[in-house]
Formats: sequence, structure tokens, C-alpha cells
Amino acid sequence: MNLVLAKTDALNDVFSVARDRLPGKGGIADARRQAFEIFARAGLPNRRIEDWKYTDLRALMREVLPLAEAPDAAALKRAGAALKPHAIKGARQLVLVDGAFAPDLSDLANAEDGLSIRTLREALEADGAQLQPENLSSETSSAMMALNTAMMTDGLVIMVAGGVALKRPLHIVHVASTAQPASMFTRSLVMLSKGASATLVESYVAASGVKTYQVHDALSLAIGDEARLDHVRLVEDGRDAFNISSAVVTLGAHAHFNTFAMTSGGAVSRYQAVIAVAGEHSRVETNGVNLLNGRQHADTTLMLDHAVPNCTSREIFRAVVDDRAHSVFQGRIIVKPKAQKTDAKMMTRALLLSDDAEADNKPELEIFADDVTCGHGATTGALDESLLFYLRARGLSEKEAQALLIQAFVGEAIESIANDDLREMVVMSAGRWLEARA
Amino acid sequence: MSLLEVKNLQVRVEEREILHGLSLTVNAGEIHAIMGPNGSGKSTLSHVIAGKPGYEVTGGEILFRGEDLLAMSPDERSAKGVFLAFQYPVEIPGVATMNFLRTALNAQRKARGESEFSTPDFLKKVREVANSLNIPQDMLRRGVNVGFSGGEKKRNEILQMALFQPSLCILDEMDSGLDIDALRVAADGVNALRSPDRAMVVITHYQRLLNYIVPDVVHVMSKGRVVKSGGKELALELEASGYARFEDAA
Repeated sequence: MNLVLAKTDALNDVFSVARDRLPGKGGIADARRQAFEIFARAGLPNRRIEDWKYTDLRALMREVLPLAEAPDAAALKRAGAALKPHAIKGARQLVLVDGAFAPDLSDLANAEDGLSIRTLREALEADGAQLQPENLSSETSSAMMALNTAMMTDGLVIMVAGGVALKRPLHIVHVASTAQPASMFTRSLVMLSKGASATLVESYVAASGVKTYQVHDALSLAIGDEARLDHVRLVEDGRDAFNISSAVVTLGAHAHFNTFAMTSGGAVSRYQAVIAVAGEHSRVETNGVNLLNGRQHADTTLMLDHAVPNCTSREIFRAVVDDRAHSVFQGRIIVKPKAQKTDAKMMTRALLLSDDAEADNKPELEIFADDVTCGHGATTGALDESLLFYLRARGLSEKEAQALLIQAFVGEAIESIANDDLREMVVMSAGRWLEARA
Repeated sequence: MSLLEVKNLQVRVEEREILHGLSLTVNAGEIHAIMGPNGSGKSTLSHVIAGKPGYEVTGGEILFRGEDLLAMSPDERSAKGVFLAFQYPVEIPGVATMNFLRTALNAQRKARGESEFSTPDFLKKVREVANSLNIPQDMLRRGVNVGFSGGEKKRNEILQMALFQPSLCILDEMDSGLDIDALRVAADGVNALRSPDRAMVVITHYQRLLNYIVPDVVHVMSKGRVVKSGGKELALELEASGYARFEDAA
């Protein structure tokens, strides 16, 4: 038996061992079994699958780790200590430690009227009542989403009632705190009813000393008519971590989705998002930044599906790649035949800081409507020598000059973050990465 | 000791020798003009003094207050007090002018072991200097030189000069692309910085600029050498007779 099959088999063992511990009986257990079969038939995604061409999990995922144990007191303590530098002023912190909700580290008190927060575990144990069927169905187009359905252990189920504008950002923090190498499978669902608005932040971090772990996360966002969601995602995992996350987003009419994703941590990561613009006069801004060095590999794959007329989307992606790191950006915009008057633009740029750095930019437009404004662009290059010299002639050291130009380079993607505190936090996070280079 | 001593400088760019043994001595308090036709090596000299990459010094030396300038990085030269006002200042999108000025000033001060400017002191100083140069506050919030006119870019160079207080200012073709009013504003800014502790080297094609910034010494460059030096009247002589006879001399 070759190594490839061995990995899928090893996952089969992980699933068999874990199955009885996974929440949900009856229909949920059936859905898990079906989902695992879908995954097992497809196997781990590899380079022969177009979407995974640059991120071959059969090669990159070196081992299959057992499902993480529920965190003990020591793990929770380590996790608590790791939270501080990532705390956001005023935000409601919701913490998942090794894939399990940690109530003592989370802030569930004084929920605003119209805000409901439950754990996925509770929802699954109640046989998925209140969960929309599509959130549990096996996503056949993605083997990793199917694997997540089979294995999902916990997460947050958040609902915001119609017309409610949440003042405090919701901050889901994934902390890896496991003493043994382990994998975590989480899924969160956020539903905004008509006219609601909220800010959601997701952070992925590791407790001190935690090295090898695998994050498998999924996020389902349903943004109702006239609703607005601001979303920021920061992957600051440990340097040996593996993170595969999927997001499935649907927008109603006159809805607004502003999302920003930054990856600076982890050894191997992939963030794949499918955004379906299903209601007219809606708007999507989806920006991102990769800040990579060493031998990091980070893949951002976005699919924007314009199914209806009169919607707007903007994508700005910036990759800064140093040493032998590898950045991947794949952005696909689909404009369906009915989606006239679509205004969709995508720009991706990569900055290579070393001769061995690699960036793959793959923008794709698939346009089936004839009255649209669509465009995309992609560039890859090094820092401009004439700008560097100008700054150095004004007294900046080589690293300082580079840092200023890199900040400017990623700034365009960051500036669309609407919340001032969050934008500042992202700028600081990027600043830490730049300082670590110096 | 002289502020700047260039001795028998030989410089190559991609196998071609541009400066063939150039010598120049500048003392504190003096203003020197370097004139010469296109291709005589004026800009090369300014770039080599500032430390721009891409030039190979094959002979000679440059001393700044007796120290070997060629051994220093461009930022070290800047911290020591060397300032090049660029002929074509670059645009830096995404770096706000104010942020750039503060980062640069503090980098220079840090390199000299001086304390950083506090934010209120810095803002006050920048506003003062900007007002004297007719630079609107709005320009300081924009990206460095982004969307600036030619005159605004040159004024931004002089603003930096006034802020950093260098001891050697090299003005590379400050008059290029400026109309007469813009030239006068820029020249006033430069003249305000004349000081017994500071020297200036004004590089220009035309005598016109020297009506506004009156030099103590005029050098004529041709084919990579200084071929004649004299008082300010030499500039007028050049204006009347052209460079041709100096080219023969070289």
C-alpha cells in the first residue's frame, strides 16, 4: 500500500476511533458517515485537482494526527495565558481550546437583546434542531469540507435577530493548547437576520510551547437581506501548525459583507471561501494579506459567485513572501447569465523579498452575462530599488526602508477594514511580523 | 579640515568610466555651483556622494570631515549630515509624508545617539517649516510626493533639508521643471538655510538658478572632470560663451 492511501486510511482510523465521542446521534451520525465516505472516495486533495494544484495535501500533510482530547485544567490554563496578546478591546471573546468550547475563558454574560450564542456541540446533541439543513449537508465539491462534516466536534452557533445592530465585536479565538500532537475539527455558524449587523473576528493562535497540531475549521455565514457583516480573520498559528479552513457565505438582497483575512502563522495553511451573492444590490469586499517567511506555505482560494443582477464585489490581495516561503492566491469570479450590471474587480499583487520565495497568483473570471463591469489584475515583483535608495538617503536602514515599503504595500488591503480598533490591531499584527524580520 | 574632499575620483557604471579623476574641495559655509553640459558626470558625482547603488568607484576617495564617506551606507551618510536633494524625487504611494518625515528624522537622530523627537515637538517643527515654504498641511497627509507637481516635489525636498538640518546639501538640478515663481520659492527656502556651518553644492545646467542662489565658487565639469573653477562671474561667462570651449579643454 502506498503512502497516499496510507494517509486516507489513517484518517479512517482516526474517524473510527473518534466516532463514538463525536456529538450527535441519529441523523447527525448518518450525515457524518456519509460525509466520511465522500472524503474517503476523493482522498486527500492533491495537485491533480485543479483547485489544489499549488497546495498538494498528499505531499504537504506529512502525518495524520489523532483527534484532540478535551482540554484538561493545565491545557485551559496554558490557553488562558495565550489569549492576552490577542484580546480585542470591547469584543466578546468566545474561545475554543483544542477544538472544544471553553466557557470559563469565554464571555457569554449580558448578551445583547437579539443575540443568541450556543455551542455547536449543544446544537448537534439536540439533533441539529435550529441548524439549517445546508449547514450540515455534505459539501461534495470539497473533500476537506466533507471531512470537517464527518469530524466536527464543537464551535459556535450565533444568531442575530432582525434589525439588531451588535455593538460589541464577536471574537472567536481558536487556541491550540494540546500537550500531544493532535487535530481539531471545528465549525461555526453565524446567521444575521434581515437588517442585522455584526462584526466577527476569528483568531488562530497557539499556547506557548505547543508545536505540532492540525486545525480543520469551517465557517458558515448567512447574511440576510439588508444585513451587514464585517469579518476579520487572523491566522497566527504556531510555526509547525497545519490549518485548513473553509468558509461558505451567502448574501441576501441589499446585504453587505466586508471581509479581511491575514495569514502570518502556521507551516501549511489553506483558506477557501465560497461567497454566493444571492440577492440583488449587495456588496462584497474581500481583502487579504499573506506575510510569509521561512518555509511557510499559505493558500487563499476565493470563489465569488454572482448569481443575481446589480451587485458589486472588490477583491484586493497582497502577499509578502520572504526566504523559501510559498504564497498562493486563487480568486475566481463567476458571473451567472442573469447577473447583469455586476461590477466585480479583483487585484492581486505579490512582493518577493528573496530569490527563493514563490508566489502563485491565479485570478479567473468566468462571465456569462453581457452587461457587466469586471476586471482583474495580478503582479509579482521585488521592492523598487529607487524607492529604497530614496528612503536610505533620508537615514532609514535597509530593514527600516523595507518595512516602510512593505507596510505601504499591504496597507491598501488593510485600509478597507471598517472598525478602527480592528484595523489598528491588524496593522500592529503586521508590524510585529516586520519587526521580527529586522 | 574641509567639510568635503573629493580626491581624484574615478567611477564606472557598467564598464563605462564616467568620472575620470575628479577633485573638489568644499568648506563649511561655502556654496559651490557645478555646471556642465549633459553627460559631463554632474549627477553621477551627486549619486556617488549620496551612496546610490550601481556605481563602481575604481579610484580616488571622498572624505567627509576627514572620514571615508565611501565606506558608509547611504543611511550612515545621511545621519552624518549628507543630504541629496533629488533631481527627480520618487513617489511613494501608501507612505504618508508626515509618517515618512518622522521615521527619517528619528532614524537619523537615533544613529547619532540623540533622543527621538516627541510627537508635539515634531508636529510643531514641521508646521513651521511647511508654512515658510508655502506647503499646505494637506500635502503632508498625502503619500510621499504622490500627485505632487514638479514644484511641490522640489519644495518637499527643501522641507526635508530644513527639517533634517544637514551640514552638506547637494542640490541636483533643482531648477529642472520649475517655472520662475516656483524657482523663486525654492531658492528662498535654500537661502534661508545658508549658514557658516553648512555647505551647499548646487548642480545646474543654467546660470539662471545662480541669480537666486549666489555661489562662492563655480566649477565647470566636462567629460568627467572639473576643467575650470572660478568665482560667480564664471557662470555669467559660461552663459555667454557656452560649454564648447571647455569641452575642448577637457
